[in-house]
Order: sequence, then structure tokens, then C-alpha cells
Amino acid sequence: MNLRGAWAIYKFEMHRFRRTLWTGLAVPVITTSLYFIVFGSAIGSRMTEIGGVPYGAFIVPGLMMLSLFTESIFNASFGIHMPRFTGTIYEILSAPLSAFETVLGYVGAAATKAMTVALVIFITAHLFVPLTVLHPFLAFAYLALVALTFCMFGFIIGIWAKGFEQLQVIPLLVVTPLTFLGGAFYSIDMLPPAWRQITLFNPVVYLINGFRWTFFGTADVAFGTALAATVGFAGVCLLGIWWIFRTGYRLKA
Amino acid sequence: MSDLALSIRGLRKAYASGTEALKAVDLDIRHGEIFALLGPNGAGKTTLISIVCGLVTATEGTVLVDGKHWRDDYRHARTRIGLVPQELNTDQFEPVWNTVAFSRELFGKPKDDARVEEILRSLTLWDKRKNIIKDLSGGMKRRVMIAKALAHEPDILFLDEPTAGVDVELRKEMWALVRTLRERGVTIILTTHYIEEAEEMADRVGVINRGELILVENKTTLMKKLGRKELHLQLTEPMAQVPPGLADWGLKLDGDGSQLTYVFDGTAERTGIPTLLSALRDQGISFKDLDTKSSSLEDIFVGLIHAGNGASK
Repeated sequence: MNLRGAWAIYKFEMHRFRRTLWTGLAVPVITTSLYFIVFGSAIGSRMTEIGGVPYGAFIVPGLMMLSLFTESIFNASFGIHMPRFTGTIYEILSAPLSAFETVLGYVGAAATKAMTVALVIFITAHLFVPLTVLHPFLAFAYLALVALTFCMFGFIIGIWAKGFEQLQVIPLLVVTPLTFLGGAFYSIDMLPPAWRQITLFNPVVYLINGFRWTFFGTADVAFGTALAATVGFAGVCLLGIWWIFRTGYRLKA
Repeated sequence: MSDLALSIRGLRKAYASGTEALKAVDLDIRHGEIFALLGPNGAGKTTLISIVCGLVTATEGTVLVDGKHWRDDYRHARTRIGLVPQELNTDQFEPVWNTVAFSRELFGKPKDDARVEEILRSLTLWDKRKNIIKDLSGGMKRRVMIAKALAHEPDILFLDEPTAGVDVELRKEMWALVRTLRERGVTIILTTHYIEEAEEMADRVGVINRGELILVENKTTLMKKLGRKELHLQLTEPMAQVPPGLADWGLKLDGDGSQLTYVFDGTAERTGIPTLLSALRDQGISFKDLDTKSSSLEDIFVGLIHAGNGASK
């Protein structure tokens, strides 16, 4: 194992994040505050409780997940796309690194950054609403699992994308809409029955509700189902990455 | 330890576009030699290097690095190989020190500040160690690329067009650097389309064209061929054939019978020119002009490549 090589990539990526540390952290703080002002104060005052949870607290897991998805995809896809774009990928390809070590470096760093942002959101949210997490260790583990999964997904996008515009396509056109429609800000029980059935096909519903369960012990979907869905998506991403390195897709001519 | 640093057998590459960039290349590289791979643009030089270094997947064939298969034993192969690519692909926003230290760790070597310092000093990059790479000149960037390739202390170094777009002074420095590396026992494979570079540095020269290795020879052998000169005689009266009395010289008649060409060894004690000239006078053959021309490695090279192109058409 060349763990030193994986560590070198990890440190390199973390160094890149540190260069934009303040903007990287100010953005989630400001957006979270905005969400709380708009949803928490304006709408929340009319919504009081969902399933016994105050509305302000109810949206916190959804907000964290929304940022976790976008940060994971953005950081991981950019991290691997940049060396492809500048040509420095030659060094990664010519180094004595296995696919696992390469992915560990890039995905590990992107997941660390995404989780940091999610935790910053959690702390910011604390300033607005009282929050207690029912299963803190499970919440953290679930957060890590989703971060790793979406970072792998981001890694695949970074390999697939032919340019910087394409890096934005999937997050903007697929992930954000699915998150907004996936019960980040409401319970799917509040939807008309037909819509509810359709919503159950949205994978993000499971991710958000799984995380919400670790906070409040209640959610629209059973935790076991949510966990299975998350692990399933992680498996699909792993398979995709395995295929990329096996065939050299967009990495090697 | 195998006798050969690299042993390439039947290496072929057909790109997805259908271009056959390499056609079953066989090549052995000995330990500690400087091998120059010479060829025009698009001949397959970079493809060959890229396959050995793991950037391009071979369609067929094998490479043994110090006797071990380069894919089955990729960690072994890649730890021993360093690559300086043709393009100046570096992380533009990193300081020089960081990027070189990064390369070392990426290749699995423990952090060693003294070693990195030594490499930077040997490339006169020490004063620039804190500079951001994008602020450096092209020549300095090229040195950074070399420093990165040397950071993990490889004993086989690939230099892909090391002096392309480099000024004369830096080119000389580059040559000196390559020699120093060789003294330390590093095997060096460089590609170039400057013949003088191959002449200056290489122990052996390989000529590649259209994906085929058409010649591999010791430089000294090539230099002997280089010593070949030609004497051209412009005849006053064209002739139909070379008179039998001049057969000893192996003359060639061209230009509608108006020019005689005599090939001789320019480095030899006796060139045979005075005797040829007196024989011509005896035969009553007069000429209006004469000149001699050295055949350079360039001529040999151009000749080989044209022959190759002609054959494949």
C-alpha cells in the first residue's frame, strides 16, 4: 500500500481548500442564516410543528444534506477534473498508486470539506433554534457515509465532464431539484397522495429522512430503508469508479 | 538485477481513432546509458514513453522494467521511473518547494527536506523555492518539472523533448544536468527532434518514424557514417556511363550524365581524391566545377525517414 501517496493527494486537496477557507465557510453560514430567516421566521411561524418537531429544527437535517450533496459533488468533481484540465494528471497516473489509493486521497479530502461545511451549518443553526440530536454518533456516521457516497459520485462526474460547464450540469439540473422536492423543507406526509407516491421514487427522500431520523427519532421513511438506499447508491458509485479505472475511461488513451 | 533497465517487446498502440501510433516496437535499454529517441513530430515518441509510464494503455506487447512486468508489478516499475513530460503541466498556484515535496510523497517516499533541498539546489531552483510556479519563466518551469521527476530518486528517467522551446544557454545546462545524472547511474531516455542533441549526449540513438523503430545504433557508429563525404564533379561533356578505367572508385553518375559523385571517408588518411583526379586527366575527362559535401546525421536521418515513407506507400 502506498498510503503515503494517498495522504499526499489528501493534503494537496486540503491545502487547496484552505486557500479559500473564509469564502468556503462564510457561504454556508450566510445561506443557512438566509434559509432560517425566510423559512424559519416567515414560514415557520405559521407551521409550528411537523410530527412533533418544531419547524425550525425540522429543516436542519435537510439543510445540512442539501449542502453536503452540493459540496461533495462540487469538491470531488473539481478535484479530479482540475488535473485533467491542466494536464498534471500525468503525475498521478505515473505514480505507484492503486485506484483505491488515488480515490481515497481525492474522495477523502472532498468528504472532509463537505462534512466541515455541514457541521458549520449545524452550529449556525444552533444559533437560531434549540437542537438536540437523538443519536449523535449515528448521525455523524450517516453524514460520513452520505459524504463519501456523493464524493464518489462527484469523482465520476469530474472524470466524465468534458469541461467546467458540464461539472455544473448534474448538481444544478438533478441534485438541487431532487433535494428541494425530496422533503428537505417539508414532510412528504403533507403532500397529496399521488404526489407522495411519485416522491417515493426520489432517492434523496431516503437520504434526508434517514438523517432526520438520527436527529429526532421520527421520519417519513424507516431508518433501515433509508440506510439500505444510501448503501445501494454507494455501491453503484463504487462500481462506476471501478469501471473507470479498469477501462481507463477518460483517464488513459 | 536484470541486465537491461528496460526491455520492450512487440509494443503496439492503435488509438480509438484508428491511428496506429506504434507498430510492434522492440527496444532494449541498458543500465546507465543515455538513449536518444529521434524522430519527427507524430512519429510515436511520446506514445512510446506514455505507455511505459502508464499514461497510455498498450494495445499489445510487454515492457519489462529491470526484468519485471510493468503492469503486473506496476509499483516496482513506477517507483523506479521518473517522467518529465513535454508540456509544462504543473500546478500553477503552488510554490516550487511544495510541488516537489508533493511529488516525492506521491511516489511513496518518506518526507526528506534535505533531499528536496539537494534537488532544488542542483537545478538552481533553491532561490525560487518559495515562488509561485506561474510567476516563473519557461526555463525555470522546465527545471521544476525535472525536479518533480527526480524527487522520488528514480533510476530510469524519461525526458520528453527536454529542450523544446528552450534557449541555447538553458539547453547547455540541461545537457550538463543529464550528464551529472548519468554519472550517478541514472539511465536516461530522451526524445528529441534536434539531431545535435542526440549527437551531443546520447550513447545510443534510435530513429523512430510512423510508429516504427527504423534504426538503433551506437552513436559512435553513426558518427563514422557521419564522416562520409561526397565529391561532386560537374562534367564539361555529359557521358553515358562511367568509364571502366574508373571502376576502382565506385563512382556514381547522375544529373543526365553530367555529374560524377565519389563517396569517401573524410576522416581517412588517404581519400583517393588526387589519384581520381589524375585518372580523370589520363582519360581525358574534363570538368568545369567541383565541390565536396559532408553527410551529416541529419542527412542519414532524412534519408532513413524518406526511405521509410516510400516503402509504406
